Amino acid sequence: MATETKPAEKAATRVETESPASARPVRAARPLGLVALAVVLVVAFALPFFMSGFRLFQFTQVLIYAIALLGLNMLTGYNGQFSLGHGAFYGIGAYTTAIMIDRWSIGYGWTIIAAGIVCLIVGFLFGRPALRLEGLYLALATFSLALAVPQILKYFEHWTGGSQGIVLSKPKAPFGLRLTEDQWLYYLTLAVTVLLFLLAWNLLRGRVGRAIVAIRDNHIAAEAMGIDNSLYKSVVFGVSAAYTGIAGALSALAIAFVAPDSFNVFLSITLLTGIVIGGFATISGAIYGALFIQFVPNWAQDISKAAPWAIFGVFLIVFMYVMPRGIAGFLHLLWIRLTASAVSREQGR
Amino acid sequence: MDIFIQQVVSGLATGGIYASLALALVMIYQATEVVNFAQGEMAMFSTYLAWSMLQADLPYWITFLATVAIAFVGGLLIERIVIRPVENAPILTIVIVTLGLLVIFNSVAGWIYSYIQKPFPSPFPAKPIRIGNIVFGAHDVGEIGVTLVVLALLFAFFRFTTLGLAMRAAAQNPVSSRLCGIRVSWMLGLGWGLAAAFGAIAGMMVAPVVFLDPNMMGGIQLYAFAAATVGGFSSPHGAVIGGLLVGVTENLVGTYVSFIGTELKLTVALAMIIIVLLVKPTGLFGRTIVRRV
Repeated sequence: MATETKPAEKAATRVETESPASARPVRAARPLGLVALAVVLVVAFALPFFMSGFRLFQFTQVLIYAIALLGLNMLTGYNGQFSLGHGAFYGIGAYTTAIMIDRWSIGYGWTIIAAGIVCLIVGFLFGRPALRLEGLYLALATFSLALAVPQILKYFEHWTGGSQGIVLSKPKAPFGLRLTEDQWLYYLTLAVTVLLFLLAWNLLRGRVGRAIVAIRDNHIAAEAMGIDNSLYKSVVFGVSAAYTGIAGALSALAIAFVAPDSFNVFLSITLLTGIVIGGFATISGAIYGALFIQFVPNWAQDISKAAPWAIFGVFLIVFMYVMPRGIAGFLHLLWIRLTASAVSREQGR
Repeated sequence: MDIFIQQVVSGLATGGIYASLALALVMIYQATEVVNFAQGEMAMFSTYLAWSMLQADLPYWITFLATVAIAFVGGLLIERIVIRPVENAPILTIVIVTLGLLVIFNSVAGWIYSYIQKPFPSPFPAKPIRIGNIVFGAHDVGEIGVTLVVLALLFAFFRFTTLGLAMRAAAQNPVSSRLCGIRVSWMLGLGWGLAAAFGAIAGMMVAPVVFLDPNMMGGIQLYAFAAATVGGFSSPHGAVIGGLLVGVTENLVGTYVSFIGTELKLTVALAMIIIVLLVKPTGLFGRTIVRRV
């Protein structure tokens, strides 16, 4: 690790000595970003004290979506593999949890981990043959997976309860903590979210992350540099599915109910909308995207039952035209513009 | 044996629908290397328009022609307005745009016409056709007939008209075609228009069977994908043969493999897509494209 960071450091110092003015905003961005992160974390931690019941549940759902979006973004944004079927993994995660709790009465904490592992394996196995599929064909295969999953879930009625689904009860706060069920679920989800975001950040910023991005940008060159394309691609598929599966497991706990038709193809499109709006290949984009897909449909619902989807569709198309890098990309650009103009003003003086 | 023949015929009938839709997909794919994920929803929407016209007491075949014409213009406009700006963007961008179209059509149809299923009339007599002991649904036979007529017209168009030739040229080699004076971009628009028209025909033929509702095309589009994959995305006649094969397979598997029945129909399509992609990704009739590094 140490030998790897050195050239980067050298490059950084060189930039600084060559043009101190342009290096300043970069240095300023660091602490500012950390402050913003701290503020977000504090707000997220304090949220249950300000709201309760349904509102809080909505924010739990935002965190859950954020995990799923991060998973999808690793695959589609960073690694460049299409998935129009991540709703399937979300569903598999949710059902893993529901079946383990309802049929085998296993502690819910374990089921979240189990959901992650099951989806890791399923994702890896699906990613393995999908290696041979590029671009459109992968989109097709995953899209058909998304279409087929509700039917498969209904078919294994003995385990999944058919179209009736499975009703769960919300877990109570452990260790005698004086929290309501909603508050406990929120904190549990928050903890899992923070952990998974840290892991993803760690994974994506280092050598592995560069390899993942290199495969997206030019897989032949990446192969020539000694990156095992097929291994990386299928592992990324697995990890991405595991993230989405954990999100699904948490959603099963939060909603306390699973039914096959909630994991239809539109869920997959919702997740895709989330990363398009949030921003491809960004970590913070997962949060923006999650806020969008949780709250915009709620507001749109007041207009008509069908309105949320029409709005999603319009946003999908409009973002592709005007903001192909999503909200995160837009904010980044804005930041560069602002600091650049500050620098030029300074230089002008 | 009678049941077998009956199942094959009704498989051919549904296969005809898959074939039309698959052909629409392949036409767009050939011209632009894009799979239009909204193809099924566009077809569904056209069928709703036809339903509105029928409610206004227009005769069936006039409605039929009018719907096909509207779908053609609609498809052309969508290409010109929505797809054109991202024509040269990465595939992911275009896929996302077509997915956007998918949800827009689906929700607008639900918004205007509600999600309640509606019956859609069949232009063919309700009385079944009997040959010996075997009974065929008249609608099934009619469907096959319509599909064959459409295919014949399409074949004639591409084979014998200058415009058809220009469209084929534009799809095969855009740069040279442009040098020959073909307006390539408009040819793509025409391709979308034709594809939408096909979709409309498929929608109107399938609606009497599955009933009209905004989600009616979900499963059918999946089968059309399977058909296009089996036949090969780069081959129009492959799409037709693929459609018929898939339709017959679906029916026979549903009848004779007891644990599948109708409940796992979509899974059969998924399995077909994945198996074909694994074993022969170009499909039965597709060309292998060699890419230069």
